[in-house]
Amino acid sequence: MQIKPILAALRRHKAGTILIALQIALTLAIVCNALFIVHERVDRVRRATGMNEANVVAVQNLYVGSPSTYIPLMKTDLQAIRSMPGVQDAYITNAFPLRRGGWSTSAQKDPDATKNGVQSALYFGDEHTLATLGVKLIAGRNFRPSEVVSFGRDQQPAPPQVIVTKAFADKLFPEGNALGKTVYYIKGKPSTIIGIVEKLTVPWIDANFIDNVTIMPLFFDSSYQHFIVRTKPGQQDAVYRTIANTLYGVSRMRVLPEKNGVRTFDMVRANAYEADRGMAVLMSIVCGVLLAITAAGIVGLSSFWVGQRRKQIGVRRALGARRKDILSYFMTENFLIALAGVVLGVVLALGMNQWMLTQFEMARISVSYVLIGVLVLLGLGQAAVFAPALRASRVSPVEATRSV
Amino acid sequence: MFSYYLQLGLRSLRRNPMLTALMVMAIGFGVAASMTTYSVFRATSRDPIPQKSDVLYNVQIDNWGPENTQNGEPPPALSYKDATALLRAHKAKRQTVTYPIGVSAIPDDPSRLPIRQGAYATGADFFPMFDVPFLQGRAWSLEDDDRHADVAVISKSLNDKLFNGGQSVGKQINLDGHLFRITGVIKDWAPQPLFFDVPNTQGFDDGASVYVPFNRAVDLKLPNNGNNNCVKDPGEGWENYLRSECIWLSLWAELPSKAEAQTYREYLTGYAAEMQRSGRFSWAPNVKLRDVMEWLSVQKVVPRESQVSLLVSLGFLIICLVNTVGLLLAKFLRRAPEIGVRRALGASRRDIYTQFLIEAGTIGIAGGVLGLLLTGLGVLGVGLVFPEEIARLATLDPTLMALTLVVAISASVIAAFYPTWRAAQVQPAWQLKSN
Repeated sequence: MQIKPILAALRRHKAGTILIALQIALTLAIVCNALFIVHERVDRVRRATGMNEANVVAVQNLYVGSPSTYIPLMKTDLQAIRSMPGVQDAYITNAFPLRRGGWSTSAQKDPDATKNGVQSALYFGDEHTLATLGVKLIAGRNFRPSEVVSFGRDQQPAPPQVIVTKAFADKLFPEGNALGKTVYYIKGKPSTIIGIVEKLTVPWIDANFIDNVTIMPLFFDSSYQHFIVRTKPGQQDAVYRTIANTLYGVSRMRVLPEKNGVRTFDMVRANAYEADRGMAVLMSIVCGVLLAITAAGIVGLSSFWVGQRRKQIGVRRALGARRKDILSYFMTENFLIALAGVVLGVVLALGMNQWMLTQFEMARISVSYVLIGVLVLLGLGQAAVFAPALRASRVSPVEATRSV
Repeated sequence: MFSYYLQLGLRSLRRNPMLTALMVMAIGFGVAASMTTYSVFRATSRDPIPQKSDVLYNVQIDNWGPENTQNGEPPPALSYKDATALLRAHKAKRQTVTYPIGVSAIPDDPSRLPIRQGAYATGADFFPMFDVPFLQGRAWSLEDDDRHADVAVISKSLNDKLFNGGQSVGKQINLDGHLFRITGVIKDWAPQPLFFDVPNTQGFDDGASVYVPFNRAVDLKLPNNGNNNCVKDPGEGWENYLRSECIWLSLWAELPSKAEAQTYREYLTGYAAEMQRSGRFSWAPNVKLRDVMEWLSVQKVVPRESQVSLLVSLGFLIICLVNTVGLLLAKFLRRAPEIGVRRALGASRRDIYTQFLIEAGTIGIAGGVLGLLLTGLGVLGVGLVFPEEIARLATLDPTLMALTLVVAISASVIAAFYPTWRAAQVQPAWQLKSN
């Protein structure tokens, strides 16, 4: 190949070479990191909740006034919802996956321990909870209606029976024999694990105990709760539209907040991951525009070089160089510059990731991203230089005889 | 001469339309990306109460101990025990304790639905401390605080909904069945970031429509509608909750001078030391007194998304500049023969410098105009990327517009320095000879 003469020629126009290489390096650094952010966010957005998310409607409800107990109101409402046409099942809870607010506590295996428990989100519910959420019970049994009790603000949530997720059970009982075992959510109040579900996630999207959930057979006597409704297939929109009126029909002494009062689960999911999705979109746009600008820059500078060297090309052609040789000359030249650029770019990309790692608690970039970035930029450089190189190869040998 | 060079510059923009378009687009996109993300960053990092942010202080006392706190940072809120003890001591010019309450206003007209809006339990000093603007009446008095009076301040929008915007000072408002007498109506007021309630709102929220006295809210056992963190089981009942080490209250103090702040800080340390002596704390005093901007910074109010996207788009701008340097180099050097002729006819290097920098400036102006358009689009589209509470704060105001143009023009002139220097180095003799 003609690598030596190309390198010699490059030394003659250092500035342009350095600029292209620098641009490729910076683009690689930013694109790698931006794509990695996109990947991280898309992964989060796609994370499963363990629920069957289709045909679920969630309602935020606040009772107005201060009666001594809210339990009768809650039961009447639940009755009204369950008898709505199009509703398959429903229950009342304090929190649910992706709600981004809820209750968590540390659970202990040992009655006297006060530290090193396993953190778990608490979902209050009843015998309808599993069916409404569509989670899969993999061991044990569901709650019995007689086990569902109410508790007030002044009491502690620690019922005798609980259903837990497999992840939580395995964390607490690594031998895998959690079913039937006793666990303490409140000191001195034992709860028995009567059932284990395959998967269910916590309300928060950033928790480090994302799959640790306990379902408790409790009605929480409070003015604020959520109704979770599973509709019959195809009835989701009808229930979504009519449920507020049904509830106001039961009693007007309530508030269903304007924002997020009634939501389908698709809306819950979209709200929860709003920032992540936005970030992924923004970074994708930045990557696209950046690659386009870099490609345009390469086209611009290469065209200039070709224009500047028409006479030399003509001389080479007159001396017997084939069009193919001219084409490969410029392609190789670009490849060498791009190679220098990506080598510097890899260093910059890793450095930038390291810095973001410490500043923004981001994950370490995977090598495959850097490799893909390198290939993309080398390919982009070759594609961008192709048109100017083709034009160069068409320079006629006659150019050698022209004076300008 | 300037206008002549400007004309030359504009003319040469047309001579190489491809190269020019590339440069204008590079500068336009780079500037627009930076300015759009900057508009979000500016909105999230601004001073919510510039006239007083250095005399308002958030109070923190470590009542949890090193075992339950991280990096020596005291909990972000206070227990009822500590907050009320500090209030009683009256060691600051003004002090107020705050917590969000979950109440609904019930209209007198039974055919209308109850209204739920943000509400805070706080003290009389809240209003003068934070310069809350009143439309009618005024804040309740310190005596009302002491008497545990049933008084309330409401916002204009709630006044519009409940009383059709009329004169409502002295009227009653029904909050979950409890009647409160309205002492004042304020403008809809929610400084962003909502500095006095960062732990519950992360800094961005609609603000509240109802304010009632803290003492009365506690009497009525109005539950806390914000975060409630306990390291130890508080036991059952409201009284036990008030006696517990659970943290749920914000305390703010107004301290007009640095000396008073120092005295207050010493008082806090003394208070914590007293708690240590009495056996309540088994650790050395750990207190924090932070002014508004310090508090916002420690609480990391600027979202990570905003910082990362600003940094990435600044990187984007730098790449666009490198690109522009390359393209300008190509554009200028292509005119080497012309430069040679001009130099041979007596133009000084200085003339060449002026001419080419002005030409680059015209590219900057074109890029700036494109950038301005794209920034406008970007700011409109911020809602697609950032949560609504934050997106609505990002606006294209005259300052941002001016900044966009300035950044675009100065960026292109900076990018032109090297290519211009190269152009000025052109040897006249050489160019003439080859002709």
